[in-house]
Amino acid sequence: MAPLSRVHEGGSTISNLVHQFWSQTIDGLTIGAIYALVALGYTMVYGVLRLINFAHSEVFMLGTFGALVAAHFMGLNGVGSTHHGLGLLLILVGCALVAMAYSGATAVVLERIAYRPLRKRGASRLAALISAIGASLFLQEAVSAWRGNIRWRALHLGHLPVFPNLPLVSAKRDADQFPRILTKSTWFHVFDGQVRNDKVLIFVAAIFMMVVLDQIVRRTRLGRGIRAVAQDPETATLMGVDIDRVITLTFLLGGIMAGAAGFLYVLYIENTSYIVGFVLGIKAFTAAVLGGIGNLRGALVGGLLLGLVENYGAAVLGTQWKDPIAFAVLLAVLMARPTGLLGEALAKARA
Amino acid sequence: MRHRSRVLGGLAVLACTGMVVAGCSKSSSSSAAGGTATTGGGATPTCKTVAIGFFGALTGASANLGVNEDLGTKLAVAQFNKANPDCDVKVTDFDSQGSQDQAPQLALKAVQDKSIVALVGPPFSGESKTADPAFNEAGLPTITPSASNPKLSTNRWKVFHRAIGNDNTQGPSAAGYIQNTLKAKKVAVIDDASEYGKGIADIVRQKLGAADTVNDTVNVTPDAPLPDFSSTVNKVKAGNVDAVFWGGYYQAAGVLAKQLVDAGVKAPFIAPDGSNDPGFIQAAGTASEGAVLTAPAVPNDQIAGGTQFVTDYKAMFNKDVGLYSAEAFDSANFLLQAIKAGKLTRAAINDYLNSGASYTGLTKTMKFDSTGELVAGVVIWAFKVQGGKIVPLQDISIK
Repeated sequence: MAPLSRVHEGGSTISNLVHQFWSQTIDGLTIGAIYALVALGYTMVYGVLRLINFAHSEVFMLGTFGALVAAHFMGLNGVGSTHHGLGLLLILVGCALVAMAYSGATAVVLERIAYRPLRKRGASRLAALISAIGASLFLQEAVSAWRGNIRWRALHLGHLPVFPNLPLVSAKRDADQFPRILTKSTWFHVFDGQVRNDKVLIFVAAIFMMVVLDQIVRRTRLGRGIRAVAQDPETATLMGVDIDRVITLTFLLGGIMAGAAGFLYVLYIENTSYIVGFVLGIKAFTAAVLGGIGNLRGALVGGLLLGLVENYGAAVLGTQWKDPIAFAVLLAVLMARPTGLLGEALAKARA
Repeated sequence: MRHRSRVLGGLAVLACTGMVVAGCSKSSSSSAAGGTATTGGGATPTCKTVAIGFFGALTGASANLGVNEDLGTKLAVAQFNKANPDCDVKVTDFDSQGSQDQAPQLALKAVQDKSIVALVGPPFSGESKTADPAFNEAGLPTITPSASNPKLSTNRWKVFHRAIGNDNTQGPSAAGYIQNTLKAKKVAVIDDASEYGKGIADIVRQKLGAADTVNDTVNVTPDAPLPDFSSTVNKVKAGNVDAVFWGGYYQAAGVLAKQLVDAGVKAPFIAPDGSNDPGFIQAAGTASEGAVLTAPAVPNDQIAGGTQFVTDYKAMFNKDVGLYSAEAFDSANFLLQAIKAGKLTRAAINDYLNSGASYTGLTKTMKFDSTGELVAGVVIWAFKVQGGKIVPLQDISIK
């Protein structure tokens, strides 16, 4: 009998981390950048409304499907693309734009249907939370039905189903594969770390989006409106800020960021499903809280930190501990700094 | 950690509970008549009123394996009804989605349907573990065509029967293939934390001994998205191994194989029956080429009557036969043989299966010992992905 203990020991030593430090760092930054982009949506909505938009994970999910629809529309299927140069750039930008459009539209509609009526009636935050969870489940099931053939099964002429012999599967619960758009090639190595084109693209694109958003909030008229509402909604209204418009645009901006994240996610992981937002949404929310919810730069710090910590933790303890490690870090940080690493401050994101 | 973390407390739990309710256990009856269950107070069952249940994943991430078995069962029953015009046995489906969390509730539903006298399934080990106690309590006989975790037959469940060899034969055969045929000195063994996946991976780990140099476990559950394997891939890469064994199901297998190839890992990829499905190739793309998939099943082209079965199956469902279709066909036929012999109650059929009765089907002569395991006829095969298809490679049974 081989001793059972060695079964567990292979995946869990500190020396693992030493040997895999750079590769885990690169992967941690890649997924962390995606967390950060999604976290922006949580953070902005919280900053303006003091409300956690728990349906934001589904905004992200629709972004992944937006990218998928765009890829299929451009004739890319399982085999993927052999395009280079300008063609490749057009495909990437096309997918990204459609993903952002899907997510942005979802976020705006969500605000209109799930939040605004409650807000107008002065409902409690708890009501908004329940509404968000309901919207989240609705979106998941709707996408699952859309990807399956439930819509065709539901078609009836009088009492008779139009397609009585449709196969068993009605709602699609398994994953959709995303075609390979970008041929993955390694540029160079940093010790054991493999610097690959898709990971660099994801990291750079995510940082770029965040810088743009940061500039919008800091420098534009809209940004001033957002900051004003975040700081003091009543005074902002008195000063002539259209609160509904600011809130809609806040949701739109957060949605666009989640859409970009959705596109980058499918580019990296290459599959998606109706439930893809569940774990990632919680992670992004964690990242937002970790960095200081309501704080844009906090989302970046929180996202990257979370990505790194869970990958290092996985190297030391085993991948099954990834999620527990992420949440343990959150608890530890909140105990030491209840407002997160950078503090809660969308309003004070510098004038 | 059995599930994804619920550290976010109430909120996460709330969201999750909602998810289970929303993706709830639907059961659909393929028999058109609702009246079959109402046999009236004292009416004796006849082979016109009884039904065979099928319990397994018909939707979800690992549904292909369940559907293979469901259709195998339906083909057997259709042929039986045709050959016996005085009989009209029904098949009733219970879609577990392969989730061991949903299985117990759904099992109660199956138990309450009194027209069901026997059951084919559940296909997976995790759902078997949580659903079989209900079947045992109700005395509803089951034959699983594929649940392969060895522990299942150690629970003294009187109704448990298994139509294939368990992982105590498949695991060592796979390990033997890795060491003797592939001559691998360093092997990475990764599992999906499921009853089945971790079960067979641990058996392979034991058998490999010192050759097992890299280990990792990734939580994969049917109601969560497919994971990012990047940290596992980094471990495998750093370990510089000669082979990678995956204990788990086909979709996650495909994602892992693809990420390994993308990271430049060239070691051969080996996975057991849960990954032996075209869905693996679909998920992995060209990265699946050359992967070796094992199964305690004889390829259909190697069995007498296999060609006829393949043709009939295709004609009835317009689908190709998949892994365990034939085993499910045999399992259903064993139950039908009991019904034909006048065993029309759950107790009578179960006694019949436990009495040492045998049935010679396509894949083997089935006869169960007191624990519900096959007395003989266990065989393990290796298959290979070649040109985007799963083709038989060789018999790897340890003699």
